[in-house]
Amino acid sequence: MRVNMETKKTSLNNLHQRNQAKFVEFAGYEMPIQYSKGIIEEHKFTRKHSGIFDVSHMGQLFIYGGENLTIELEKIFPLDLKNLKQNSSKYSFLMNEEAGIYDDLIITKIEEGYLIILNAACKENDFQILSKLLGGNFKMTLENERALVALQGPRSVEILNSVLNGVEKLNFMTGKWIDFKNQRLFVTRSGYTGEDGFEISILNNFAEEFTQKLIDKGAQLIGLGARDTLRLEAGLCLYGHELDINKTPVEANLKWAISKERLSNGGFVGSEKIINQIQSGTSQIRVGIKPEGRLIAREKTKIFEETDKQIGEITSGTFGPSINGPIAMGYVDKEFSKIDTKILLEVRGKKYPANICELPFYKKNYVKGAN
Amino acid sequence: MSEVKFSKEHEWISLEGDVATIGITKHATEMLGDIVFAELPEKGSNVEKDGTAGVVESTKAASDVYTPVSGEVMDTNQAIVDDPSKINEDPEGSAWFFKLKIKDNSELDSLMNREEYEKFSKESSS
Repeated sequence: MRVNMETKKTSLNNLHQRNQAKFVEFAGYEMPIQYSKGIIEEHKFTRKHSGIFDVSHMGQLFIYGGENLTIELEKIFPLDLKNLKQNSSKYSFLMNEEAGIYDDLIITKIEEGYLIILNAACKENDFQILSKLLGGNFKMTLENERALVALQGPRSVEILNSVLNGVEKLNFMTGKWIDFKNQRLFVTRSGYTGEDGFEISILNNFAEEFTQKLIDKGAQLIGLGARDTLRLEAGLCLYGHELDINKTPVEANLKWAISKERLSNGGFVGSEKIINQIQSGTSQIRVGIKPEGRLIAREKTKIFEETDKQIGEITSGTFGPSINGPIAMGYVDKEFSKIDTKILLEVRGKKYPANICELPFYKKNYVKGAN
Repeated sequence: MSEVKFSKEHEWISLEGDVATIGITKHATEMLGDIVFAELPEKGSNVEKDGTAGVVESTKAASDVYTPVSGEVMDTNQAIVDDPSKINEDPEGSAWFFKLKIKDNSELDSLMNREEYEKFSKESSS
């Protein structure tokens, strides 16, 4: 593996190496694509047991402030932040005036203000945009002293609870600070696999010791390869594929993430376009696609209707290990977006049959928590 | 004992009489990762040396399979189309891809023996 000298490493890099990781460069970081067992085994292990993902490359942006900050952030995000409870998380977007997506993100209201988890490739740009929009009135920190570790799969709750007592009580899409060896970890119940799980923000110096504890309890390291097949089976979007600056949340079929309370009066960046699209519809929309047989249709595969007119393009396509077959997502013209619509995919110059299908491909196992 | 030769595109070829059996090497499967799709040439079709004669896809990417020699496709291995994971399990044995009736034996001369191939694959992956 040849790695650029300027490639950044996460605090778990040595641990990855000791576990025979194969590395790739991702968003400027040297990240494990897989370990010795391979993508399919890692995928299946996560679905039935508990997988550990190093997602330290992602941005952890802390913005400090009180009610004034909430008012300012409501001018940016399509969320009802005034009524968001402390320690609750929401999925949202940073958009431009045309509702084009700069990034998709998870925002959590914490005691000190807000914690926003950003995509690795977008985080520096997001920071610039948010700084400008907030006018320098609030302290903002894009963390580089904290690692981010995700633990995903049905056994994750029992494993994490044995290391951090009390996490079993967290509801999905909530988080809290928990003490570990005299320092504070921020733990949320969330994830990107369609499974129950957690994301743990921890100081770099403690990350390896903490992660090794999870391994000792039976969890296994999982690479970015399986992270991609898991999220695609769960019908979740990946920035740079399903989402980019030329797509809006409505086109991406994510209007559920726009708070209803914000649709009547708008007042957030991109609100005019969003409200307009919700009322009058969009010309294209994101759908799930299932090729017939075993054929895999990758990103950029052209989609045709039966009379040979191009109607769209695939944005992600792979083999789904838990589905045991090929799966894809893409954008098609609205009139072809109904479930069971027959379409054709052009792969290596030939057209193959496929069907529009329901998302997710793999049914979720989210746990509501004990409460 | 039939002799096995290797191409720079990581195919192996084993000759019995004028019929060659062709597959991809263990080294190739290790680079590809888990193989989840295989497409083979049609029986009775003619393939040209270094031309495309199939496709394999792993969870990561699609790769063309080339034929190291020209000939007529006599047989294809349906078992690896039905269960592509067999290619990871036994790439240089039961998971062969296709059999050719060789057109020109001299095409074999430019191929590598095992020792040369192992040296080549080590150099090309470092």
